[in-house]
Amino acid sequence: MKEEFKIIANSIQREKSILDVGCGDGELMKFIYENISKKIRGLEISKDNVQKCIQKGLTVIEGNAEMDLQQFPSNSFDYVILSQTLQAFLNPEKVISDLLRIGKTSIVTIPNFGFWKVRFNLLFKGTMPVTKTLPNEWYNTPNLHMCSIKDFVNFCNDRKINLFKSLALTNNKVSSINKFNLNFKNLTSELGIFLIEK
Amino acid sequence: MNEFNDIKKIIIKKPLKLDCGVTIADYPLAYETYGKLNQDKDNAIMVFHALTGDQFASGKNPVTNKDGWWSYVIGPNKALDTNKYFIICANVIGGCMGSYGPSSIDKETGKKIGINFPVITINDMVNAQFNLLDHFNIDKLFCVTGGSMGGMQVLQFIANYPDKSKIAIPIACSASHSAQNIAFNELGRQAIMADENWKNGNYDLENKSPAKGLSVARMAAHITYLSKKGLQEKFGRKLQERDKIKFGFDADFQIESYLRYQGSIFVDRFDANSYLYITRAMDYFDLSKNSNGDLSKVFKNTKTKFFIISFTSDWLYPTAENREIVIALNAINADVGFLEVKSDKGHDSFLLDVPDFLNALKNFVDNSYKK
Repeated sequence: MKEEFKIIANSIQREKSILDVGCGDGELMKFIYENISKKIRGLEISKDNVQKCIQKGLTVIEGNAEMDLQQFPSNSFDYVILSQTLQAFLNPEKVISDLLRIGKTSIVTIPNFGFWKVRFNLLFKGTMPVTKTLPNEWYNTPNLHMCSIKDFVNFCNDRKINLFKSLALTNNKVSSINKFNLNFKNLTSELGIFLIEK
Repeated sequence: MNEFNDIKKIIIKKPLKLDCGVTIADYPLAYETYGKLNQDKDNAIMVFHALTGDQFASGKNPVTNKDGWWSYVIGPNKALDTNKYFIICANVIGGCMGSYGPSSIDKETGKKIGINFPVITINDMVNAQFNLLDHFNIDKLFCVTGGSMGGMQVLQFIANYPDKSKIAIPIACSASHSAQNIAFNELGRQAIMADENWKNGNYDLENKSPAKGLSVARMAAHITYLSKKGLQEKFGRKLQERDKIKFGFDADFQIESYLRYQGSIFVDRFDANSYLYITRAMDYFDLSKNSNGDLSKVFKNTKTKFFIISFTSDWLYPTAENREIVIALNAINADVGFLEVKSDKGHDSFLLDVPDFLNALKNFVDNSYKK
């Protein structure tokens, strides 16, 4: 399993309720279901992925997070997970506010556009970055709103969102992000993992 | 078609007060079963049929000699696996395959009840079928499922008996019959009632049935079960056994011939009055009516696990209407999954060989049984 998923799973307490938004083929959900909590449900846009989740015995709703999150009642889950999909939404701000409304804690991960390889691509090659966490070309990327770790931290600070845990991931190594190392982590991390609350 | 000596039925002694106010008792309910009930009695699935279905969901229908209406779904190793599960399917009251309906004989007059049959609802149908749990001594079903009107019965079942089934799978249905669907049903009923042989529902007295009217009703309804794309691909403008159009009103086009055929075979197996009563029951279906339109309240007490399935090309019970059920269940944090299956086969998709549908159904049912 991806290191990112292990970190997310480790952030969740036993027997709590979880909504995995954009749950994909259900890999993370299955791990959580089997090891941490049976009270997990998913929301997924792709029919093929929904079928794969059903095959795994997971409860998933086919739907589009931007349209369908509004139907979930406030505070209905202990955790809401959003793994590497924030940048693909038309309106990420609205999605974040829905996550905060639905979940007591939201776990958001983002591919870091501030990562040095990304900067290097643009600075020296002069082309849109293609990296491990950003594998698409500019013309076929689903990503509409890329941001860096620093952007996301600023976003939370501006909106008084309680960002109570920030982790950076590079080459499967996890480290903490704090206000003193923010610029450095923003340069050296492939992925940011954030636990946020209202 | 009205000899039902060999089919299974129970006589329900317990009085049932219908929504229209009439109480019925000592009435027959015809049913069929597939597979075996296990010792723990935890493997029973109740399947509800659609408008023109009956209890013969799988195998050969002994009356029509055709395959059961859900043969793709029910059988050994199929989505509803008869090696594992015990499947019960009853003919709804109001129907014409042995259950109490307008073609039942009135004991006092010795004639068919006809239009004197009370108007029934989906709620009445479900309450009548609930008696089968007692009959088989089953405390709790494993699953309730069905498509179209069968799906409405699934929703009504959970609303009435929130703890009597572990899982529920309503397919291609709605919690509230739409104006468009009422309109199509009314068209069908008017076709039947416009047939001079209908005779205010007493057609049996002269041994003639309103076959033309019923056939037109079926033709119109049949169009609503298909999709525009499906029709175009299957028939297009192809001509029926001729090279050129004939400048007349004979069936020039294959689609005309097909619909006429569908209409003609339907009248052999279905009672016109039953068609009136059952379509009426569908029209009256509005599950959230008693809770001021709040469908969530209807399911407030249930712990049942739901899986809702719709089809992309179904314009009779479109995804949006199925999704309303999902939204209502989400609003009360019920355990609900949802899948819209891609298919060009229209509303009929739930009856046909649509692998994505059959796989999803099987996976959901088998995984839910394990847990």
